[in-house]
Amino acid sequence: MPVLDVQHIEKHFGSTRVLEDISFSLDQGQALAIIGSSGSGKTTLLRCLNFLEKPDQGTIAVNGSVIFDAADPDTQKESEVRKKRLHFGLVFQSFNLFPQYTALKNVTLAKELLAQERPDFKQNKKQILDEIEAEGRTLLEKMGLSERANHYPSQLSGGQQQRVAIARALALHPDILCFDEPTSALDPELTGEVLKVIRSLAEQKTTMIIVTHEMAFARDVADQVIFMDGGVIVEQGPARDVIERPKEERTRQFLSRYAQG
Amino acid sequence: MDKFLEALPVVVNALNEGFLQTLKLFAVTLVGALPLGLLIAFGSMSRLAPLARPVHWWFRRRNQKAAQAQQPERSPGRIARALIAFQPIRLLFRLVVWVIRGTPLMLQLLIIFYIPGYVLDGGSPWPSGDPGRFLAAAVAFIINYACYFSVIYRGGIEGVPVGQQEAGQVLGMTKGQIFRHVTLLQMIKRIVPPMSNEIITLVKDTSLARIISFQEVIWAGYAFLKGSHGISGLIWPLFFTGLYFLVFNGLLTLLFGWVEKKLSYFQ
Repeated sequence: MPVLDVQHIEKHFGSTRVLEDISFSLDQGQALAIIGSSGSGKTTLLRCLNFLEKPDQGTIAVNGSVIFDAADPDTQKESEVRKKRLHFGLVFQSFNLFPQYTALKNVTLAKELLAQERPDFKQNKKQILDEIEAEGRTLLEKMGLSERANHYPSQLSGGQQQRVAIARALALHPDILCFDEPTSALDPELTGEVLKVIRSLAEQKTTMIIVTHEMAFARDVADQVIFMDGGVIVEQGPARDVIERPKEERTRQFLSRYAQG
Repeated sequence: MDKFLEALPVVVNALNEGFLQTLKLFAVTLVGALPLGLLIAFGSMSRLAPLARPVHWWFRRRNQKAAQAQQPERSPGRIARALIAFQPIRLLFRLVVWVIRGTPLMLQLLIIFYIPGYVLDGGSPWPSGDPGRFLAAAVAFIINYACYFSVIYRGGIEGVPVGQQEAGQVLGMTKGQIFRHVTLLQMIKRIVPPMSNEIITLVKDTSLARIISFQEVIWAGYAFLKGSHGISGLIWPLFFTGLYFLVFNGLLTLLFGWVEKKLSYFQ
C-alpha cells in the first residue's frame, strides 16, 4: 500500500486551469522529484497536498485512508484539515522561519503548542517541554547546526536557515516531507549544504517529494521523477529513466536546456 | 516678581490637578482603544462573503443544465461578480472608520455628550457633573482613537509576509495560535513608529475635551485668565501648560525608543 495516493487532482485559479488530472502514488521510504519549468503547476501541487490550496477535483489518500475528497465536504472541515496537514511537512523556497524566535524555538514551537492539547500537559509540563527541547536540539545537531541553536534567523546564512526549516518540518514527524524548490533562493555554494542534508534524509529512507530545478540531484537522489508541463504530468517513472532516457519529446526539450546550461 | 512668586504655587497646584485629569483621559483612552482598534482591524479585514457560495452554486447548476441541453456555459457577469465580492462585515467596519476619521474629534465629543440627552426620553444618560463629562470624553476618545489604531494595526498585520502564516498552517497551528505566536510580535515591531505618532498626538488631543468642560490642564491654565483660586488676569499659566505636555511626551518618546530597541533583536 502506498503512503500517498493522489488521484485526479484538478485545480483552477479563476478560469485558468493550473492542474489537470494529476495522479500518482508514492511508496514508503521513496523520494519523488517533481521537475518542470516555472508555471507548470509543481508548486501548486505541493500546496494542494499541504492544504494551502484546495483542489477542485480529486482525492488524496495517506496510508490508505482518504484525507481529502473534493466531492465530499466532510473531508474539508477546517478543524480536521489542521490535523490532516500534519501528515505532510513543507519546506518553503523562502524558508519562512519565524524571525522572532531562535533556531531552536523555530523547531520546537509547533510541537509545544500541540503538546498543550495533551490531557496530561499540565501535570507533566516540565518533562514534556524538556523532551521537546531535547528532540529539537538533536534535530539541529543532525542538520549540523548544534552551535547555532540560539541564533536568530537573521544571524544565519541562507543555507543554515533552510536547514533549520528542514529541522522544523521534521520535528512533527510527517509521513511525507515536501520541499518546494528548497535551494532556489540560495547561491551555489549554499545550495550544496542543503542538498547534502536532503540527500542524507533520502539515505535514511525519509518519504519525500522534492520540487526542484537541480536535475543532477533529482537523478541521483530521487527514486521517482515526475515531469510536469502546463498543469499536467507529461512523464513519470524511475528517476534515471525519465532524466537520462525521456520518452516524451516535451521532456527531452526541457532537459536539453539544462544539459546546455 | 513678588506677584509671580506668590501665584506660582497656586498655579502649579491647579495645573498639576488639571494634568492628572489629562493623564486619566489619556490612560483610559489607551486601555480602551488599543484592544478595540484590533477588533476593528479584524473586522475591516474580514473576508466573509455570504453571497459567494449561493451565486457560484447557482451558476454551477445552471451550467450543468446548459451542458445537458448542449447550450453554451455562462460565466458570472458584472452583477454576479459584485454579489460574489460583497463583504458586509468589511464594508461596515470600513464605513465606521471612514465616518470617524472623516469628522472632527471635537464634533464627536459634542455629539456624544449632548445628543443622547436630546433624543432619549429619560434625558442625558451621562452621570451629572465631572464624572459624566469624563465618561463622555472617554467614550468619544476611545472610539476615535480605536479607528486610527485599527488602520495602523491592519497595515502591521498585512505587512507580515503571508509565508509566515503559511508556515504556521503547515505546522498544524490554529488561526489563533498563528496570530498570537507568529504574527503578533512581528506586527508590533512594525507598528511601533506609527503608533508612537498617534499616541503622542493623543496626549495633546485630550485638551479638546475642554469643549465639554472637562477640566484638563489647558482648562486649568486658562481659568487663571478668567479668575480661579482668587487669581484672575494671568496669561502665563496657560502657556506654562505646554511644559507639562513637553515633559510627558519626552518621557513617551524615551519609552518608544526603548521598545524599538527591545524589538530590534529580530528582523
